[in-house]
Amino acid sequence: MTDQALLPSSPVPGGAAVVRRPRRSRFVEPSILPGFGLSLGFTLVYLGVIVILPLTALALRPWELGLSGVVHALTAPRVAAALRLSFGLSALAALLNAPLGLLLAWTLSRYQFPGRRILDALVDLPFALPTAVAGIALTAIYAPNGPLGSLLAKVGIKAAYSPLGIFIALVFIGLPFVVRSLQPVLQDLDREVEEAAQTLGANSLQRAVMVVLPALAPSLISGVSLAFARAVGEYGSVVFIAGNLPMKTEIAPLLIVIKLEQYDYAGAAAVGLAMVAISFGSLIAINGLQLFLARRGKA
Amino acid sequence: MSPTNISRRGLVASAAALGVGAAASPLLFAAQAQAQAKTVTLLNVSYDPTRELYKEINAAFANYWKGKTGEILDIKQSHGGSGKQARSVIDGLQADVVTLALAGDIDEIAARAKLLPPNWQSRLPNNSTPYTSTIVFLVRKGNPWKIKDWPDLVKPGVGVITPNPKTSGGARWSYLAAYDYGRKHGGDAAAKDYITRLYKNVPVLGAGARDATTTFAQRGLGDVLLSWENEAYLTIDEFGPKFDIVYPSSSILAEPPVALLDKNVDRHKTRTQATGYLNFLYSPLAQDIIGKHHFRPREAAAAAKYAASFKPLALVTIDQAFGGWKKASAVHFADGGLFDQIYKPA
Repeated sequence: MTDQALLPSSPVPGGAAVVRRPRRSRFVEPSILPGFGLSLGFTLVYLGVIVILPLTALALRPWELGLSGVVHALTAPRVAAALRLSFGLSALAALLNAPLGLLLAWTLSRYQFPGRRILDALVDLPFALPTAVAGIALTAIYAPNGPLGSLLAKVGIKAAYSPLGIFIALVFIGLPFVVRSLQPVLQDLDREVEEAAQTLGANSLQRAVMVVLPALAPSLISGVSLAFARAVGEYGSVVFIAGNLPMKTEIAPLLIVIKLEQYDYAGAAAVGLAMVAISFGSLIAINGLQLFLARRGKA
Repeated sequence: MSPTNISRRGLVASAAALGVGAAASPLLFAAQAQAQAKTVTLLNVSYDPTRELYKEINAAFANYWKGKTGEILDIKQSHGGSGKQARSVIDGLQADVVTLALAGDIDEIAARAKLLPPNWQSRLPNNSTPYTSTIVFLVRKGNPWKIKDWPDLVKPGVGVITPNPKTSGGARWSYLAAYDYGRKHGGDAAAKDYITRLYKNVPVLGAGARDATTTFAQRGLGDVLLSWENEAYLTIDEFGPKFDIVYPSSSILAEPPVALLDKNVDRHKTRTQATGYLNFLYSPLAQDIIGKHHFRPREAAAAAKYAASFKPLALVTIDQAFGGWKKASAVHFADGGLFDQIYKPA
């Protein structure tokens, strides 16, 4: 694949020439760059202050309850239910965003049509909107008296103030992560490879599944994992639409806020630590999957 | 004072030298510096439904204070769920005075941040509560579910909107009013059963009183809102006559207290102004504003003037019925308390 990419572009059978951006030359030995020690030092200090320090404070806090206190705090049915709800719905939302985000990214980067740029900009809105605004807007639409909520209510589906409402909010905030991870890869994907597959007799489904998808898989996975991680910690947009009933629609971040408001700092930190641990575990698992796919791709 | 003046002048000079401002801007800077020299800022950290009340009281007090002392006051207000506001103050929000929904929250500030002495509640008249309020029902126009009293709230199918008592002061008063009704009709066991059935009818638990009002009035959810009396009137003012207020046979006398945060006012050098502000709340002028905003005034004249909007009903106090906030919190709202027991896994 790399070899082919280095070949000069050839006219496509259709006649139109494929315009390719010149590739930047790669540094064969990155270590000839000066200032490696300085930049690594800065990286470590920066990560230490921005990421590791607050996480350490979080990790130290719950133990004032004692080990049994932490276990007790985390196994309380209400906490367990909130963690299940947050991680379960976040995973579902990220999984739904995988095919939908792929479709959007494909449409936006492969086709030319009027309004494409506007649509492209719209994808970023969930990034840019303050989450509370997103939450209030979604609630207004999906509440039983809202334009979509009233239609759903007629067929007996409760959208806002139910787990479905949380799911909708999480899909909304996760979408740009998947689309934006895929777009650059889709744009850089060599059409010649697809064309070669075509000349070798692959039909369009085979081209999509066996040629395009493997190339996209790593960035699709990273987009989905970003969407998942964001959804797990999402608070602002969800609390408005969730209903916030303990055991039913209470997300873990809300439970942390409620514990804080009861001055239960250690209990709140325990739930936070559990969330960090589970998120970290899932991200490592996803990274492992990526690595596995990358190795298989090379073989 | 003089060092700031110098630095301000320096700033003005450099701004002029840089050619940033137009010819008038140095004058503007100077005028601003003059005004700031005499302006004293107070921060009142309050709970959810008092936004409109304190907006008017602050204007009236600033006016009164300027006439009395010549000093210009800039009174800032902050609103949110009572518990959340208390936590912000504990975590360092520089409030001069707090005016919260329940004494328990100010007790927490005294206990955890030690910003005021534990006996704070005896420092001002009427247990430091310049006005009272109560919990009433707000129903949709015409009262389609014929909701008259507490038992009607647990009928199957009735949607009750009330915020989470863990985070909302008003919701704690509502919960206790409901519990007290249940206990009067069959003791503690009946009260527990009643409360459990009541919260089974609650489809959404908002964080604060405003949250719940929005859910009920704007999103059209539920059939009855357990509301602060003033918030019920305010909702009708705001959203038009789409709602009726229903007074149950009994409710709770809510006493939202006010307090001076000694450590903060000493740091800000605002003790005189903040003390004046809290005393002003008991003055006939402020009591009238309080009545106008549908809070129940302490002062007889104001109470008489607005008597028409305060239907008499049997009111119990938290001290009589629940032995004070400390006890009520421990039994009902602490982790694993009676409120938590309502939400058991099915």
